[in-house]
Amino acid sequence: MTPEELRRLAESHEEARPEPRHCIKVCVAAGCLSAGSDRVREALQNEIAQRGLENECEVKGVGCLGLCTAGPLMLVEPDGVMYQRVTEEDAPAIVESLGKKSVEQLVCPSDMSFFTKQYKIVLENSGVIDPEKIEDYIARDGYTALARVLEEMTPQEVIDEITRSGLRGRGGAGYPTGLKWSTVAKAGGSRKFVICNADEGDPGAFMDRSVLESDPHRVLEGMAIAAYAVGASQGFLYVRAEYPLAVKRLRTAIRQAERLGLLGNNICGTTFSFHVDIRLGAGAFVCGEETALIASIEGKRGQPRPRPPYPAEYGLWGYPTLINNVETFANVAPIIRNGGDWFASIGTEKSKGTKVFALAGRVRNTGLIEVPMGITLREIIFDIGGGIPDGHRFKAVQTGGPSGGCIPEQYLDMPVDYDSLAKVGSIMGSGGMIVMDETSCMVDVAKFFMDFCVSESCGKCVPCRVGTAQMYHLLNKITSGEATMEDLALLEELCDMVKYTSLCGLGQTAPNPVLSTLQYFREEYIAHIVDKQCPAGVCQMRQ
Amino acid sequence: MHFTKPSPPSDDKRWRIVEATMRRHGYDHNALIETLHSVQQTFGYLDTEALQYVAKALRVPLSKVYGVATFYHFFTLKPQGEHTCVVCMGTACYIKGAPHVVAAISEKYQIQPGETTADGKLSLLTARCIGACGLAPAVVFDGEVAGKVTPEEALQRIGRWTDQ
Ligand SMILES: Cc1cc2nc3c(=O)[nH]c(=O)nc-3n(C[C@H](O)[C@H](O)[C@H](O)COP(=O)(O)O)c2cc1C
Ligand code: SF4
Ligand code: FES
Ligand code: FES
Repeated sequence: MTPEELRRLAESHEEARPEPRHCIKVCVAAGCLSAGSDRVREALQNEIAQRGLENECEVKGVGCLGLCTAGPLMLVEPDGVMYQRVTEEDAPAIVESLGKKSVEQLVCPSDMSFFTKQYKIVLENSGVIDPEKIEDYIARDGYTALARVLEEMTPQEVIDEITRSGLRGRGGAGYPTGLKWSTVAKAGGSRKFVICNADEGDPGAFMDRSVLESDPHRVLEGMAIAAYAVGASQGFLYVRAEYPLAVKRLRTAIRQAERLGLLGNNICGTTFSFHVDIRLGAGAFVCGEETALIASIEGKRGQPRPRPPYPAEYGLWGYPTLINNVETFANVAPIIRNGGDWFASIGTEKSKGTKVFALAGRVRNTGLIEVPMGITLREIIFDIGGGIPDGHRFKAVQTGGPSGGCIPEQYLDMPVDYDSLAKVGSIMGSGGMIVMDETSCMVDVAKFFMDFCVSESCGKCVPCRVGTAQMYHLLNKITSGEATMEDLALLEELCDMVKYTSLCGLGQTAPNPVLSTLQYFREEYIAHIVDKQCPAGVCQMRQ
Repeated sequence: MHFTKPSPPSDDKRWRIVEATMRRHGYDHNALIETLHSVQQTFGYLDTEALQYVAKALRVPLSKVYGVATFYHFFTLKPQGEHTCVVCMGTACYIKGAPHVVAAISEKYQIQPGETTADGKLSLLTARCIGACGLAPAVVFDGEVAGKVTPEEALQRIGRWTDQ
């Protein structure tokens, strides 16, 4: 199917309507919604109706525009002006200004480094298209990669292209995607499954949510291409129940794609069929681990099992199963469209392409960003992020959530890629990036993550179930000024034990936040223990 | 083998929604989590009768149903208060002062996270990242997300419910 045919197909399903001259794209993703963007959208719609401009101007709800902290954000097309912190009262002025001079005091300068230093592949449609309209996606070359794959490429050629791109899994561990696909493709079995991991449990990250809410078709297209490559005909999207909007948009997207024959039986008139179902998570972080996720789809308690066998050989109901993260799938269609070599030309030698980060914490510009691999932490935090607000000083940046670590100032000029982050004791993780200044106590931060691991441990194996609780207890003793140096030694010993003897990634990485803060901020631990003092003034000492 | 569907615990019409979910999945035991979601969404929580009914209808041992219902944090076995206040305690919100918001509410209403006031008016809950990290600290008041919430603001919003 050619792109032209795709477009005609989409258009034939939409009644003819004159294209309005102006379009106001209002961000209706979670961040801006919490700042009241839905009320602003309504005010704009009312204003336009009152002036009888319905045919001239359209108000569209779009996904995250990135600079969430300045919400509600909106983009006026074709003027290309972005407005920030818009309220309902601003609606008349904005409608009045269409095609004329923009409303000065609301303008968000789009030439600031927050926007110019980013490189968008995964988020290229985010904030641009209406996520509830498949026509919008198709107008931006959506589903052309799938059509091309089905028409011109063998499954092996698809896998080769992905391998050539150097894409690595964005779910945390960075396993080469081409290799994983190839393993599942080679596995024998009467049935195979493709699963999209949208459990996004890192407490401080919302990249996957944003992709699903802003551009759901891109994930579906990636899954369908993967299914063709590995020989699967059924897929599951495992989404957190805490993301109702993402679920709703995915349901709409699946229905639309089925109606156009882009999902379901005989896709694009070929013999390839692929069905996608949604499964809801239920608030258990460990279900992001692939074997636990599979157990959960099977309707069981989400407890991991030992690997091997890996899901690629023995997965859902015992069949070979491909599991990839949302962002991994979102990279697939652009790679097919532009070629693996194009993708491999972005980023560093071992980390190709871009990475989406949720930039948050003590930094001026908080929000969702996409940057090329190899960019430095300093560029992210100080150029894109605008630095630390209120005259405070940068102290550390936490990446990788409960499995990651805190990176101190001396590594700010380090390139962001899988291997460099691992070298300094953290991980790329799924993309949470939390900036901290001197008002954060590092021991308290370590305790925060340990508390998380204690309550999320599934309890299956002793080192993790008991070990994390012990570690939490020791950290608590330290932050309340009741610990001795022996306690610190015991804590370090426990780190090793839990790391090397736990069954799954949760336990194996649970000590990381403690290890990295001990490595770089040991003096803070000592201050709590010996001087009975919290240098950041966060912890309440009992003695 | 013939199987007669058990009848719902009561003639509350809302059980039809739950039955529809189970029917859509062919009363397959794999649909346990989906069914529990449906019950919780419809009734707000999972009580013992509901768990027994789901166990029978999907032919799953009650112990397994209970095991699943208690494993996942999203499911609650207790009814919630008239109003709920969910404070995000994800990393971004934690760093930006969410603990102060929780402390202020805990102190004023004498409830810990996960508890409901004696008059059943207010439930205080915590969550792990609700996806509004850019606007930390975030609080959900009766389903409506608010960003950059100070302890004073939180108390003010809750006051509007409890002072009536
Ligand atoms: C405790 C734990 C939680 C995880 N949570 C997630 C998650 O929320 N999302 C995700 O994509 N991968 C998560 N993973 C990684 C998955 O097990 C798996 O490696 C990943 O989904 C593979 O996809 P990728 O190759 O595309 O990265 C988690 C792993 C562990 C050990
Ligand atoms: S390491 Fe922790 S989460 Fe993983 S299986 Fe063991 S107890 Fe469960
Ligand atoms: S939520 Fe609107 S810009 Fe991110
Ligand atoms: S950490 Fe609170 S919204 Fe993400």
